[in-house]
Amino acid sequence: MYDEMYGKPGEIRGHYAALERWLSTMPPDVVEEKRREADLLFHRVGITFAVYGDEAGSERLIPFDAIPRIIPVDEWDVLERGVKQRVTALNRFLHDIYHGQDILRAGVIPAEHVLTHEAYQVAMVGVNVPNDVYCHIAGIDIVRNDDGEYYVLEDNLRTPSGVSYMLENRRMMMRLFPELFEQYNVRPVEHYPQLLLEALRNNAPQGVREPTVVVLTPGQYNSAYFEHAFLAQQMGVELVEAADLFVRDAQIYMHTTSGHQRVDVIYRRLDDPFLDPLAFRPDSVLGVPGLLAAYRAGNVGIANAIGTGVADDKSTYPYVPEMIRFYLGEEPILRNVPTWQLRKPEDLAYALERLPELVVKEVQGSGGYGMLIGPTASREQIEEFRQRIQSHPANYIAQPTLSLSTCPTFVQNGVAPRHVDLRPFVLCGRECKLVPGGLTRVALNEGSLVVNSSQGGGTKDTWVTA
Amino acid sequence: MLSRVGDLIYWMSRFMERAENMARILGVTSNVVLCSTPETQQQNLLAPLTITASTRGFFERHEVVSLQTLIDYMALDETNPSSIYTCIRLARDNAHAVRWQITSEMWETLNATWIELASFKRENLEGPDATRFFDWVKERSHLFRGVTYGTIMRGEAFNFSRLGTFIERADDTARILDVKYHILLPRVEDVGGALDYYQWAALLRSVSSFETYRIIYRDQIRPINVAELLILDRRMPRSLAACLEQIMQALDRVRGQNDQPAKRLAAELQARLVHGDIEEIFGGGLHEYLTDFLEDINELGLRIQRAYLGAL
Repeated sequence: MYDEMYGKPGEIRGHYAALERWLSTMPPDVVEEKRREADLLFHRVGITFAVYGDEAGSERLIPFDAIPRIIPVDEWDVLERGVKQRVTALNRFLHDIYHGQDILRAGVIPAEHVLTHEAYQVAMVGVNVPNDVYCHIAGIDIVRNDDGEYYVLEDNLRTPSGVSYMLENRRMMMRLFPELFEQYNVRPVEHYPQLLLEALRNNAPQGVREPTVVVLTPGQYNSAYFEHAFLAQQMGVELVEAADLFVRDAQIYMHTTSGHQRVDVIYRRLDDPFLDPLAFRPDSVLGVPGLLAAYRAGNVGIANAIGTGVADDKSTYPYVPEMIRFYLGEEPILRNVPTWQLRKPEDLAYALERLPELVVKEVQGSGGYGMLIGPTASREQIEEFRQRIQSHPANYIAQPTLSLSTCPTFVQNGVAPRHVDLRPFVLCGRECKLVPGGLTRVALNEGSLVVNSSQGGGTKDTWVTA
Repeated sequence: MLSRVGDLIYWMSRFMERAENMARILGVTSNVVLCSTPETQQQNLLAPLTITASTRGFFERHEVVSLQTLIDYMALDETNPSSIYTCIRLARDNAHAVRWQITSEMWETLNATWIELASFKRENLEGPDATRFFDWVKERSHLFRGVTYGTIMRGEAFNFSRLGTFIERADDTARILDVKYHILLPRVEDVGGALDYYQWAALLRSVSSFETYRIIYRDQIRPINVAELLILDRRMPRSLAACLEQIMQALDRVRGQNDQPAKRLAAELQARLVHGDIEEIFGGGLHEYLTDFLEDINELGLRIQRAYLGAL
């Protein structure tokens, strides 16, 4: 198992040495007190997420762990180039499938897989978007396996969450442990909202010089409402709900106290089917009637573009290395996890034989729901999944169970290793940019590989150090 | 500012002001009821229900009106849409939805109020506990208004918060003054007598004006003076004239499409108060005057909503 802090037993990796010294001098009660202080501060500020299924309107804190995850800058450089390369290729792919469809004609990806995909939006065929960018905000999930290599686990191109925690975790660490920052040269992440605003402004319709940007939220009961409001506030733009917007002459306006104001760019945190009841789900009350027509007319920029979901689906993921070769003529910098696509009969047969060793995921699943982790599942769970897979094989993929790397984490009885992953956020306006860091999620239960906050995961500050 | 956000801020302030005034109304009623005779007590208990238009809701929950059932319904009943409990809950909910547009001190004050509210238990809310509760509500309302005034940027959020506060206060002061109309004296010869005096004094105390009355009039408590103080005296911060002055100031600072109807009506109301004469008001009947005023202030609220805060 790869430990981010220790090499061979008892051997500290160089970039963790100062942190280890500091940890060893910290009396446990001081640590405990800092932890309580952090909890209190998160509560007071209300850095929470809403929980579905629980009592209506209930909110939870995402546990915050005070031991940072440290990434040396040479490793970061590779990660940064790797995720930019990936998002660039994915953007090219999205442009292609809504225009010439070269990649389908070349047979690199089966045409029926893309064109019959439920997230493929026919309404976007032939529509031109500013700078040909479809995905302005991407969250790329990365894990490190026991071979010490980084692997891309998933691309999130619809409405990836978590960036507010990246920023709040940093703020909390600087407040609680300023002395640590004196010992490390930690690269800053605080300018993320600035970069986001720039990427959004670059997405304005042609000819608009001072674009009005808004963040569109489903409302305060959405699980990520805190993040929506936080980003709007940090960028100094309005946080709107669909009812605040209306369309007139294929142009978007918002109702303000001083009249109607034109809206040029929408950072939507609302999935495609809910955006426009005239075009998508007619029963949706979250959407803006006529939004799609305004978008197709080129009168508003939408981030991320409509129809990006087809590119981040778990069943499209296995093709991303091929996309990189096809569009960029480059070798992928970051590896994919080997993936069996269960809609292929031979992959299905292989996976059904080895369910107890594999991780099986629903292609549309997210938030850690709808997955089977073979090695820790009971026999009943495995049999139940087997039946689900057999009735709809195309809904699933399977991957080997990775042994995610661990990072020392404060737990009930002191400090212990816990599995982590990493989600850097890539921003694309005229070019792709990212801040050095990301959201490190940690599985707080011993042995667990599930880091999702909805499943009891926590977060850590992520340091890129020179 | 988004109309929806302006609306939430406007109502956040209205609800907090309403909670305070509800506590004031219940406070004056408790005092008056203590010195009522059995024949008049029932009528006096009904007055707060009448002036807040809550009579029907009350009798769906309770069969008889006593001081205890009245306070129970108006203070902490979660099902009563105009109870103090509901007002505080709505103020806090609105603040939660717009916490990004108000200061963190404003949000934290309302959130703490909501959390503390849970420590008052409905079943114990009688006598001294009820008085303590009313004092607490007034204090939390003062605190919220002070925090707002002391921390928020002088922008749209401030303006709509002020509009909410003073529209509501004008409405509430008119209603409190009207309580007296609904409170009966046992016999005609009591008019101007000791009981009458106590009732007007209780009313003055309920709007924190007893001392001011003494300073201004240096006279015994006379109904016509009380009415003049609470309707026409701009120095008295809860008077109708003072509220209209604040409303005009806030309206002057905001711009909107089609906001002429709201601004015109506000100016008319203010002019009537500036040039109003208390003898004339009494001549036409105080209750009739207040009824008209309540209609006007309600219309002004509607016009403000229509002009700035989205369609109604």
